[in-house]
Amino acid sequence: MSAPEIEKTDLVTVTIDGVQVSVPKDTLVIRAAEQVGVQIPRFCDHPLLAPVGACRQCLVDVPDAGNGRGFPKPQASCTLPVAEGMVVSTQVSSPVADKAQQGVMELLLINHPLDCPVCDKGGECPLQNQAMSNGRGESRFSDDRNRGVKRTFPKPINLSPMVLLDRERCIVCQRCTRFADEIAGDPFIALVERGVQQQIGIAEDAPFLSYFSGNVIQICPVGALTSEQYRFRSRPFDLVSTPGVAEHDACGSAIRVDHRRGTVLRRQAGDDPAVNEEWISDKDRFAFAYAQADDRLTYPQVRDEDGALRPASWPEAFTVAARGLAAAKAAGGVGVLTGGRLSAEDAYAYAKLARVALDTNDIDFRARPLSAEEADFLASHVVLTGPGAGGVTYADLESAATVVLVGLEPEDEAAAIFLRLRKSVRAGGTEVISLAPFTTRGLAKLGARLVPTAPGDEPAALRALAGELDATAVLLVGERLAVVPGALSAAAEIAAATGARLAWVPRRAGDRGAIEAGCLPTLLPGGRPVADAGARVDVAAAWGVDALPATPGRDADGIVAALVAGALGGLVVGGVDPDDTADPAATRAAIDAAGFVVALDVRRTEVTDRADVVFPVAPTTDKSGTFVNWEGRLRPWEAALRNPASLPELRALAGIADELGASLGFRTVDEVRAEMAQLGPWDRTDRERSEPGLSGTTKPPSEARDDAVRADGAVRLATWKQLLDNGSLQEGDKYLKATARTPVALVTPDAYDRYGPTVTLTGDRGSMTLPAEICDDLVDGVVWVPANSVGNGVLADLASPGTTVTIAGAEGVHG
Amino acid sequence: MTDVLTPVLTDIWDAEQAWKLATYAERGGYAALDAAFAMSPDDIITAVKDSGLRGRGGAGFPTGMKWSFIPQDNPKPKYLVVNADESEPGTCKDIPLMMGNPHVLVEGVIISSYAIRANKAFIYIRGEVVHVIRRVQAAVEEAYAAGHLGKDIHGSGYDLDVVVHAGAGAYICGEETALLEGLEGRRGQPRLRPPFPAVAGLYASPTVINNVESIASVPAIVKNGAAWFGAMGTEKSKGHGIFSLSGHVRKPGQYEAPLGITLRELLDLAGGVREGHQLKFWTPGGSSTPLFTDQHLDVPLDFEGVAGAGSMLGTRALQIFDDTVCVVRAVLRWTEFYQHESCGKCTPCREGTWWLAQALTRLENGQGSEADLDQLIDQCDNILGRAFCALGDGATSPVTSSIQYFREEYLAHLSHGGCPFDPARSTAWAGTEVSA
Repeated sequence: MSAPEIEKTDLVTVTIDGVQVSVPKDTLVIRAAEQVGVQIPRFCDHPLLAPVGACRQCLVDVPDAGNGRGFPKPQASCTLPVAEGMVVSTQVSSPVADKAQQGVMELLLINHPLDCPVCDKGGECPLQNQAMSNGRGESRFSDDRNRGVKRTFPKPINLSPMVLLDRERCIVCQRCTRFADEIAGDPFIALVERGVQQQIGIAEDAPFLSYFSGNVIQICPVGALTSEQYRFRSRPFDLVSTPGVAEHDACGSAIRVDHRRGTVLRRQAGDDPAVNEEWISDKDRFAFAYAQADDRLTYPQVRDEDGALRPASWPEAFTVAARGLAAAKAAGGVGVLTGGRLSAEDAYAYAKLARVALDTNDIDFRARPLSAEEADFLASHVVLTGPGAGGVTYADLESAATVVLVGLEPEDEAAAIFLRLRKSVRAGGTEVISLAPFTTRGLAKLGARLVPTAPGDEPAALRALAGELDATAVLLVGERLAVVPGALSAAAEIAAATGARLAWVPRRAGDRGAIEAGCLPTLLPGGRPVADAGARVDVAAAWGVDALPATPGRDADGIVAALVAGALGGLVVGGVDPDDTADPAATRAAIDAAGFVVALDVRRTEVTDRADVVFPVAPTTDKSGTFVNWEGRLRPWEAALRNPASLPELRALAGIADELGASLGFRTVDEVRAEMAQLGPWDRTDRERSEPGLSGTTKPPSEARDDAVRADGAVRLATWKQLLDNGSLQEGDKYLKATARTPVALVTPDAYDRYGPTVTLTGDRGSMTLPAEICDDLVDGVVWVPANSVGNGVLADLASPGTTVTIAGAEGVHG
Repeated sequence: MTDVLTPVLTDIWDAEQAWKLATYAERGGYAALDAAFAMSPDDIITAVKDSGLRGRGGAGFPTGMKWSFIPQDNPKPKYLVVNADESEPGTCKDIPLMMGNPHVLVEGVIISSYAIRANKAFIYIRGEVVHVIRRVQAAVEEAYAAGHLGKDIHGSGYDLDVVVHAGAGAYICGEETALLEGLEGRRGQPRLRPPFPAVAGLYASPTVINNVESIASVPAIVKNGAAWFGAMGTEKSKGHGIFSLSGHVRKPGQYEAPLGITLRELLDLAGGVREGHQLKFWTPGGSSTPLFTDQHLDVPLDFEGVAGAGSMLGTRALQIFDDTVCVVRAVLRWTEFYQHESCGKCTPCREGTWWLAQALTRLENGQGSEADLDQLIDQCDNILGRAFCALGDGATSPVTSSIQYFREEYLAHLSHGGCPFDPARSTAWAGTEVSA
């Protein structure tokens, strides 16, 4: 990875407290002072928010503004840009600045309750800390002589189901309202009233519903904003903080895991300017209770002779698993379904187990609708790309003139991308174009241009757009395009033809790492094609085995079909929910049909219930690992909690492999990391990439759609998962759940007139009844529903995305 | 004695239906418009610069210079905004002017807009004075009907639309950037500067914001020439201005006179202080300007003269208080006003006015000690020049100046165990029998 090119900037030299410092033009004095080691106290100032100059805590003396004249009054250093020759005296060297700061601090405290001993913020509070460093010890407002009367408010009030406001603690610095307006684009909180009664408020019946609401709690410089989840749960000085990486999407957002005596109490945003800056979604922040749920697996289990699962020792479980898998191997082979939430190290262990112990390429991480076209696309356009290797980065999104979204709704599916795009759009540099069936709330906040596209019509829409694209454009394609024949090929073709840059954005944290680690039927670790003899030899040599299976394997759909047909004898499955897969019923049938199933999971699931051997695995808090985010950037983390009984998948897989007589050669994350580093990426320079389709198994897909006759009530099904829905990793926090958007079916105005306020959709897998909501610019003949917000989700209960379903009014049904 | 007055804006106030277009036109109204259209916009700016007209809203910034800051190469529309949010305690000139002679304001708006090349002008009137809003609306309507507003005014090819906007009751909206926020439909709080309104004001476009009286002074300057205007007043404070006298004077009202007149002269015109009483203290320019006492009767009331004596000319709002008035009580009332009107944006003003009001209440009740006076001065020092806008600064003026001139009176409250004054004696009905 190479460092981004340093931009040439004009430097301005200023003198701060007698020290000369050169900083880029337009730098604010408050930050220039940091360069000389002077911390000017501040509250409203935040480096990622526009300056406002409201709290006046950062006043400094400016005896020379750079033009030989000074300012007669102290200046707010958070709003004052440097000027050549400027002289600044902060509290360090100026009694005037020091008194001004002490005066503001004294005023800030007169109406503050000083309830630090019971306040969540106490111990990590900028007001508390700076009152100590830049304030007086005793109050003159309320002392023995003067009994000043503080303004009070009834406490607290709910800004949303999750965010609480204690108004009397608030110093109205406006960080929260500015965040909501400038960053998230959800300006549902605003200043109301005036003078000392000024407070943060919400409109009646319009709570602060934002996917990013938790950030305001973190940036609040006092204890005014707290979360229902964490309020009164702990003190900062009792917490241990460990850096981590969010496991809920493919953004790779930096987080901080705060835990006490082995329990995670809260998560905060980490600070990574290259990735998520200082923001995370509410899912990244609040969805962690799942790992501490009652159904967490803590010991291995094997199926007894009486048919029930019973606890087993690790060695016994290894033995039973190995014996069963050996038999299944003999009875046709074993398929491996890994799911999309693995660390790259665990994914590597699966990939190696399949090849060296199970002698198969029947491995696929895609526990969702997929296609062979997608596998080819991943092999030829995604694997091994990354920052410094031609990959699109967050920074590139900011500098791109145009960002085209296809099959991707960033606010729901990749929150950090959404925020970065919004930043870029607000700065005036980027136009976002989305090929989508309607203008989503997220797209509206990006000021995006909608290219109205029904599901399935993306290839044609992309081609029509190609004329507008050039090398300043970035094409972001979502994983949903896998099921649109020809869409990924069209994206690749257009990128090649126009010079636009292309990136694939999956939904899950482990997706990209699984590709790199070889959890695909056509790819070995490091992007080595199974079909390439040299690549196989390369890996075989590194692994010390004679040869690797040479035939490309079955993909997830193929594995399911083969299990149902009896062509495969067994299954190793980790973290797969059948309802996420292309055909949930078929996946369930496959698990039932499998002669032998080894399941690995964090919690008890219907899959572990049906397995013959179950291994508990560690959640991200209990193990080290690496996610590879959509950019291809490595996002390693270390274990936050010490839990010796909670082991990563790779340890369980190594144990099974040992019993199978095919050692994986590692037992710890560090050993896997060393081996992965040694193996390294496939050096493609010595080989032309064959396109399309390294596997050679797929023909160029046909884009012809089964365009169902517009029979009465026939509509095409558009769907994706909302950020907050029924996902199993969000379980355990009712407050977070209450902030999810209400599930509705979006219909055209015509359809609403025709079918009324409640509609029933019927597809080949069942029916779903939902309140209907009018969507003005929804493409005609399309209906949209959230993929996993009601029942068992769209795939299980309704139909496959992009297919035709029928819509009907559901009079009198309220479900 | 009345020959010291220079009635220009107030000249027709006594006419029958002075506010009607017909009355105004009869006396040469809207004639300056044609003179203006015969000039180039830049020449008008030059004329206003040459006249020496300084902003009549309080700060006294040269009006012509303000106009010349409008970048004419900016492709965005330009706007003229008239600040008619007169809310300062004691200030009472723009509201009677708009009542008595609204057309001089409208004519001034047209000429000023033409000079800065604005095709849209806004008059932001304080929301509480509904009668004035109606009157200005009616005047604008009449002007449209007479062809003074709208398309191709007087065949000049110049178009102008005027919008009369009613405020919603916030003193802070007299601060020009808060006014712009309010005009845009947002919360009335001052904006960060730069960018200054001349560059990015209303709707982020170049904007001139002027006081009612400043704009209303323009037609006469165009008609009579810069030299005519400059002949009035003093060297650096030229022209005429409305002085509003209120409080304990026999004939309160608006006196239009050259800048540089003294309170002694104005009091003569107003018949002197209330019968049987002496002048105790007064404000030269509203409650936000430091108090004066009877030592300052001969201070020339121009920008330099008042500043030289330690106060500000402000809006020439001369509130006269006689010897029956408790200065502590008066200052407390003003402070309560500032506490009520503080917008809440910045700490010093929001919290400081809250504290000042409590501290003054205790002193008025005779509680505390002399140390509290020094603390009060120190509190003011922590507000003055530390607040985001001038509202906070203004809140400290009555406190510090009253302690400067009347320290003994504050101490008398402490030794007396309360206010030594009978508040009834300062009322307008003092000495008469009042029954319920």
